[in-house]
Amino acid sequence: MNKFESFDGLVAPLDRANVDTDQIIPKQFLKSIKRTGFGPNLFDEWRYEDEGQPGQDCSNRPINTDFILNQPRYKGAEVLITRRNFGCGSSREHAPWSLLDFGFKAVIAPSFADIFFNNCFKNGLLPIVLSEENVEVLFQATKSEEDFSLTVNLEGQVISRKGAEDIPFEVDEFRKYCLINGLDDIGLTLKDADAIKAFESQSRQQSPWMFDVIK
Amino acid sequence: MAKTLYDKLWQAHLVKERDDGTALIYIDRHLIHEVTSPQAFEGLRLAGRKPWRIDANIATPDHNVPTTIEAGDEPDSGGASSVSKPAISKRSEITDPISKIQVQTLDDNCEEFGIVEFKVNDTRQGIVHVIGPEQGATLPGMTIVCGDSHTSTHGAYGSLAQGIGTSEVEHVLATQCLIQKKMKNMLIKVDGKLQSGVTAKDVALAIIGRIGTAGGTGHAIEFAGEAIEGLSMEGRMTLCNMAIEGGARSGMIAVDDVTIDYFKGRSYAPKGDLWTQSVAAWREFKSDEGAHFDKVIHLEGSGIAPQVSWGTSPEMVIGIDELLPDPETESDPVKADGMRRAYTYMGMEPGKKMSDVVPDRVFIGSCTNSRIEDLRAAAEIAKDQKVSDKVTQAMVVPGSGLVKKQAEEEGLDQVFIDAGFEWRAPGCSMCLAMNADRLGEGEHCASTSNRNFEGRQGYGGRTHLVSPAMAAAAAIAGHFVDVREVANDE
Ligand code: SF4
Repeated sequence: MNKFESFDGLVAPLDRANVDTDQIIPKQFLKSIKRTGFGPNLFDEWRYEDEGQPGQDCSNRPINTDFILNQPRYKGAEVLITRRNFGCGSSREHAPWSLLDFGFKAVIAPSFADIFFNNCFKNGLLPIVLSEENVEVLFQATKSEEDFSLTVNLEGQVISRKGAEDIPFEVDEFRKYCLINGLDDIGLTLKDADAIKAFESQSRQQSPWMFDVIK
Repeated sequence: MAKTLYDKLWQAHLVKERDDGTALIYIDRHLIHEVTSPQAFEGLRLAGRKPWRIDANIATPDHNVPTTIEAGDEPDSGGASSVSKPAISKRSEITDPISKIQVQTLDDNCEEFGIVEFKVNDTRQGIVHVIGPEQGATLPGMTIVCGDSHTSTHGAYGSLAQGIGTSEVEHVLATQCLIQKKMKNMLIKVDGKLQSGVTAKDVALAIIGRIGTAGGTGHAIEFAGEAIEGLSMEGRMTLCNMAIEGGARSGMIAVDDVTIDYFKGRSYAPKGDLWTQSVAAWREFKSDEGAHFDKVIHLEGSGIAPQVSWGTSPEMVIGIDELLPDPETESDPVKADGMRRAYTYMGMEPGKKMSDVVPDRVFIGSCTNSRIEDLRAAAEIAKDQKVSDKVTQAMVVPGSGLVKKQAEEEGLDQVFIDAGFEWRAPGCSMCLAMNADRLGEGEHCASTSNRNFEGRQGYGGRTHLVSPAMAAAAAIAGHFVDVREVANDE
């Protein structure tokens, strides 16, 4: 995983609540056995006017010009702001993979679904929870300001913008540490291999039926 | 101190608490399917790692597999004595080359790492959440994970079961652990008795209608109360399956006699002395009297009508006897906006009734409702009836090869075929339409699955979530109908 560094990025507003992972990346693209290449199909059903197929060249497909990410002013956006319960539904990690592949580095919402939230951190995409009021302020700013951008500072846990006060956000200490250092948490867990082994042998004694060999 | 069921399961699997507030939780069983695992196996290979405990894993392909049976191998439709057929030996080949690679990749990975897999034509193959309990591979008191959000299903028998992403699949393969923070406790108590014709599916939908799709976020939900205790194991699985639609990664129900009876004699369930020993341990998996829950919700079971979803989120649901809600009377602007969008997508209008809606297709299946009891409930409605001419296609997709076999032994396949339903081979099928089973643009579907998201069952498709009996009744009536009014004479 790449190290997460502070950045200044253009903000795109997706004004919907309960955006589910089926919408973020529809099922036909889940047939891929890779982690990359999902960007062109992010929000496929909203972005294009036809049904997308895996492996297809998307550059000639009819575009839904009303969809926010198709508007030229949001080209190159790196921060997505959206409404509550973003990423609900399926556990597909293809959702953060496609957001990242498209170019997003952070998503801001009043709340996220648990599995999606977790999956983001595993891939270096930062989900930021802000109050409904603060999210609303940011939505307004995208309306009134062409090229509205934000600086996302993970180290200091604040987002800042020109001419306004910084907005602080919360983030788990462990997750922050992994993101900033680009750490693979499997390696970290394996440092506790002895503890895992000890637990395992105790459990095997106590509950042997859980260790019946699957064959 | 009095503990909740979740507290007990958490504590029994706590390997280590770290200073930063996270914990390592030991995972007893890991279920694997073809869609969310290839990148995890690839990650292991790239890092030169091996699975920590190979025999904790079990795999099956389910999402991509065709459910059509080769011509000539369906049971007779002439109504003569139906000889039981080899369950799924003649399933159609996968024609989509990309799907084929994905299933082949699962086979190759299981082969390479020595993981047991029920391959596509094994009678034990099926939807991962159906085969786990059916085999006794997932048991009470276990921690169970799978790269699939509906892993919550397995909480029905007092286990801590949760869906994980692909990075976590890799993490569990490599370390047999998950890094987690403890969730909060939530109790959903359904008192009283359910009306006849009202099922676990209706209870699940009614709960989601009440708490919303984010109502359980950050919580482990325990379902309790007389109505829940009265459910069969199959019904309990249906309910826990949909905990995730209420935002909770885990749903669970305490162990009781129903639980224990269910596991007796299952392939991988303990036998002999081990059985006695395990049953004694399993009985502890219930919340103590007076245990603390951070959130408590009460529902009256007798007040729940058969439910049907009208919109594009499982919380957009009503009783079949209610009118479609009006966004103009919704005080929350974000919610009202979502409702308006949903009406546009669904091609429907507030104030109308669901009985005005014709399902173009009917789908009975998915990890929510494809177990034997579900098929029996649907067959009871379909018996000696005919699917309406208004319905283009009605299909029944059993959850596993063994469910299919059992249904055929009971003659349910013939009931469905006689009524005009298609009888299919097991898999996820039209629940998410990754294979060829899907809705056409604008088509409405009476579906026993769990998600009515835009496009979920096919591009532009319109899903209405219902119970198996409600789906069968809609197929026959040619529109949604209150199953309490059409129950077939017994
Ligand atoms: S049946 Fe549907 S919800 Fe269940 S595992 Fe398959 S795709 Fe997922």
